[in-house]
Amino acid sequence: MPSSTEELQSHLRKDYEHGFTTDVESDTLPPGLDEDVIRHISRMKHEPDFLLEWRLEAYRHWLTQREPNWAKLNIAPIDYQAISYYSAPKTQADGPKSLDEVDPKLLETYEKLGIPLEERAALAGVAVDAVFDSVSVATTFKDKLAKEGIIFCPFSEAVQEHPELIKRYLGSVVPTTDNYFASLNSAVFTDGSFVYIPKGVRCPMELSTYFRINAANTGQFERTLIIAEAGSYVSYLEGCTAPQRDENQLHAAVVELVAMEDAEIKYSTVQNWYPGDENGVGGIYNFVTKRGDCRGDNSKISWTQVETGSAITWKYPSCLLRGDNSIGEFHSIAVTNHHQQADTGTKMVHLGKNTRSTIVSKGISAGQAQNIYRGLVHMGKNASSARNHTRCDSLLMGDRCGAHTYPYMEVKNPSARVEHEATTSRIGEDQLFYCQQRGISEEDAVSMIVNGFCKEVFRELPMEFAVEAQNLLALSLEGSVG
Amino acid sequence: MLEINNLHVRVGDKTILNGINLTVKAGEVHAIMGPNGSGKSTLSHVLAGRAGYEVIEGSARYQGKNLLELSPETRAHAGVFLGFQYPVEIPGVNNMYFLKAAINARRVANGLTELDAFDFIQMAKEKAKLVGLDESLLQRAVNEGFSGGEKKRNEIFQMAVLEPQLAILDETDSGLDIDALKIVAEGVNALRDPDRAVILVTHYQRLLDYIVPDYVHVLSEGRIVRSGGRELALTLEEKGYSWLKEAAAT
Ligand SMILES: Nc1ncnc2c1ncn2[C@@H]1O[C@H](COP(=O)(O)OP(=O)(O)OP(=O)(O)O)[C@@H](O)[C@H]1O
Ligand SMILES: [Mg+2]
Repeated sequence: MPSSTEELQSHLRKDYEHGFTTDVESDTLPPGLDEDVIRHISRMKHEPDFLLEWRLEAYRHWLTQREPNWAKLNIAPIDYQAISYYSAPKTQADGPKSLDEVDPKLLETYEKLGIPLEERAALAGVAVDAVFDSVSVATTFKDKLAKEGIIFCPFSEAVQEHPELIKRYLGSVVPTTDNYFASLNSAVFTDGSFVYIPKGVRCPMELSTYFRINAANTGQFERTLIIAEAGSYVSYLEGCTAPQRDENQLHAAVVELVAMEDAEIKYSTVQNWYPGDENGVGGIYNFVTKRGDCRGDNSKISWTQVETGSAITWKYPSCLLRGDNSIGEFHSIAVTNHHQQADTGTKMVHLGKNTRSTIVSKGISAGQAQNIYRGLVHMGKNASSARNHTRCDSLLMGDRCGAHTYPYMEVKNPSARVEHEATTSRIGEDQLFYCQQRGISEEDAVSMIVNGFCKEVFRELPMEFAVEAQNLLALSLEGSVG
Repeated sequence: MLEINNLHVRVGDKTILNGINLTVKAGEVHAIMGPNGSGKSTLSHVLAGRAGYEVIEGSARYQGKNLLELSPETRAHAGVFLGFQYPVEIPGVNNMYFLKAAINARRVANGLTELDAFDFIQMAKEKAKLVGLDESLLQRAVNEGFSGGEKKRNEIFQMAVLEPQLAILDETDSGLDIDALKIVAEGVNALRDPDRAVILVTHYQRLLDYIVPDYVHVLSEGRIVRSGGRELALTLEEKGYSWLKEAAAT
């Protein structure tokens, strides 16, 4: 990425409050969920009728469903009537006025993560318009994308400006009936991101949500839709290495990706939601449905994720490989410490001929955490010569944590090939002593070993993200050996 | 350089070292021999600072400091090197990267600037040649999938790069073929210097043909039961350890 773009992006990360504020009335609904609540949300957002109908249909289906059965997860029941499904975005008026008012511990964390100095204020919620004329930067950025015909805006803005695209693609990858949390999200989502890359266009910069997410608000039921028309390319970054807290415990996002013929979508996530305290109290439940549809021939979708946060993570970014020769990739690092529980993996559904998928999953557990890989590789009956390669590695630190691997395979075409490799290793006292004997501190040794373990996945991340992600890993595991 | 006084060490409730006395001066090479399970590796580990050992009596001073209260990495920074009897594999961590981190950690601790990648690689390649380490091993993960002999050679390579003041080599000769043995010996001899010292733990007097020690000690049941010159190793080779027991009994 040219440095001017980098600069631009780093400026932009700061002004998520400004460039893209959503135009909604200030209002908060009391807790509870019924059809009136959904009508209210839709009305507040001035949505077209088709979208209200779509939400209601999702809601009615949700009512008929039951919460998934939590396999190995240890979870307290969620009271869906205790959640408030709509509240107006918070303004920065009640936020800190300068870095001096920000918790020094938080700033120390930012420093350890290597987050650039000028971004820290924005992340901590300090109003930054005094430092930068953010509106003009955002405008330059939007202009640049607009020149290419790229649409990148909040979901609710896309509903107003491009209803035909929303109508055509929303729910086309993750239908309202897909699963309990997807139905709930479809019924009540309030905002998210929308990306449209026209035919043949290579998006000139990494698209990142962090500069425009209204951190206090869109989080809980977020909806993302990315469409890459034939021959286009886009790399999208979601999330942030900085620790994120939220008073809402339940997060149920839906992400849909559509790649047409010869198009490629690269979707990278770094997730660092509050994991709860050392006893696992108060952490976020992160139940996400992410799916990419390789709709056209020779299309490619790759998911890369670094998951370190949340008390409970339940997420399976998946690929539907419908076009012939289409490619699906999943590269994942999931770190669990203390009492965190992660159940993550992917589904690769091979429908087209000669489709290929690669799965690389790296699970790291420390403390008393549980880390589960759950993956499905499906080779449909028309998926002749399809291939999958799966590699699941687990790294354990200490002897109270656990790692479990559940690879499921369904092969309906005899010419399809599925390969699976799995390893489990432990960071041992002997490895640490060996490093220390050579002069390397225990902390550096742990991060060196962990980074070595994860390097295939780090390689997939955009450069600036990769460095922060490495620091994040070290920080998440600090003090967990010895 | 190193003075060990009446050192008693316990693991759990088992006492393994029963009063070790040993003085090593700069410039000297000491060989430590002794039957399996006599405590040679335990002594090496305690000197390097491995956790899990409890010193119940005695002391060890290194360069005038109380060695036993220093962290393992501080000891390493002060020039203590342990060649492991069983070198540890660290998957995913590149051998060169590891060694660069090691040498720079030590340089920084000693107030020197870090070596840059270029200087480091130059130096590492020279040392690899010196100890006959195949260059392809430099780019592999630390010890991962190395043969027994390659692991030992890698230890000597690390020693050559780190240039320790006090090298403790725990059976670095075991598992080496004859040619490798000579090369390892050359590596150690190249390090011999009036300012450095070496403690060689070995079962084979053959190594001592190549690295001629100033002293030979025999460790048995956690005690040094006999010390002598080079010829002690030859006598042991001929008569075995039982000879010492008989000698002690009479
Ligand atoms: N962590 C431990 N727990 C219990 N016993 C131990 C432990 N470490 C060492 N020992 C015991 O202490 C004794 C000395 O072991 P050590 O490894 O020092 O012997 P050694 O002289 O190096 O033997 P070898 O020649 O076989 O390498 C042995 O009986 C061993 O079983
Ligand atoms: Mg031994």
